[in-house]
Amino acid sequence: MKFTKKEEATSSIPTASLPDIIFLLLIFFMVSTVFKEYRGLPILTPAARSTEKVEAKRNITYLWTDKNHRISIDDKIIPLNVVSQIIGEKFALNRRLIISLKIDKEVKMGLVSDIQEQLREAYALRINYSTRFK
Amino acid sequence: MISEKKKKRSIAIPTASMADIAFLLMIFFLVTTTIDLDKGINLTLPEKGGEEVKIKRGNIANLLVNAAGQTLLDDEPIEIAQIREVIKRKIEEKGYDKEGKPILIVSIKTARETNYDTYIQVLDQVKLAGATKISIAEPER
Repeated sequence: MKFTKKEEATSSIPTASLPDIIFLLLIFFMVSTVFKEYRGLPILTPAARSTEKVEAKRNITYLWTDKNHRISIDDKIIPLNVVSQIIGEKFALNRRLIISLKIDKEVKMGLVSDIQEQLREAYALRINYSTRFK
Repeated sequence: MISEKKKKRSIAIPTASMADIAFLLMIFFLVTTTIDLDKGINLTLPEKGGEEVKIKRGNIANLLVNAAGQTLLDDEPIEIAQIREVIKRKIEEKGYDKEGKPILIVSIKTARETNYDTYIQVLDQVKLAGATKISIAEPER
């Protein structure tokens, strides 16, 4: 009698803790998810080797510039002289703002410099030149 | 006997489907998560209207990039691929300050017609050489 009882106990796999494990994973993905908000312009960024990770994805604002010298922030094409105003508004909301410059490799430095001047006017001094890994 | 069995059944909440619900949610978040990390070259721009700091001429390495993508390092022509080695040697020569940062300041100046790609290649080389003080001069008009 005792023998059969023992066998019964070992016959099933305990599934009670399975939801807990899955929930743990779920919470991890919920916390780490940042929804993609904007699509940007079609560009090809230059390749570089000394790349660093941009750590805080929530603080990033993308500024796209394609080879036709169109500038886009938040999927709106904007003229150059409005950049500082828009970035300034964003900087007022988040002081840790990082501007990721997604600039096409065929763009001339004159425009890049003008954009940087606009950013300096808005006090958004932390920038990142988005590059591909070489 | 039968009534006792029924009672026993109603006590337990079915937790078997809980895992399925959680899985469904997890798959949703798995799909929507963007793992692709943003990579690039970090730089901090100087403040507008900041004070001008006087630096000894000897502590600056001047890099000039023209519209054709040719580079000059301290008035001598140089290939982009060699910049890393030369800057590295210059950093070693000048030594490091108390915080362990190199004393040498690298100033990069481009023309307005220089390609952004060339500029990134030069900046990449300077970064690879270990320079932390990088000055970006405004392109000449």
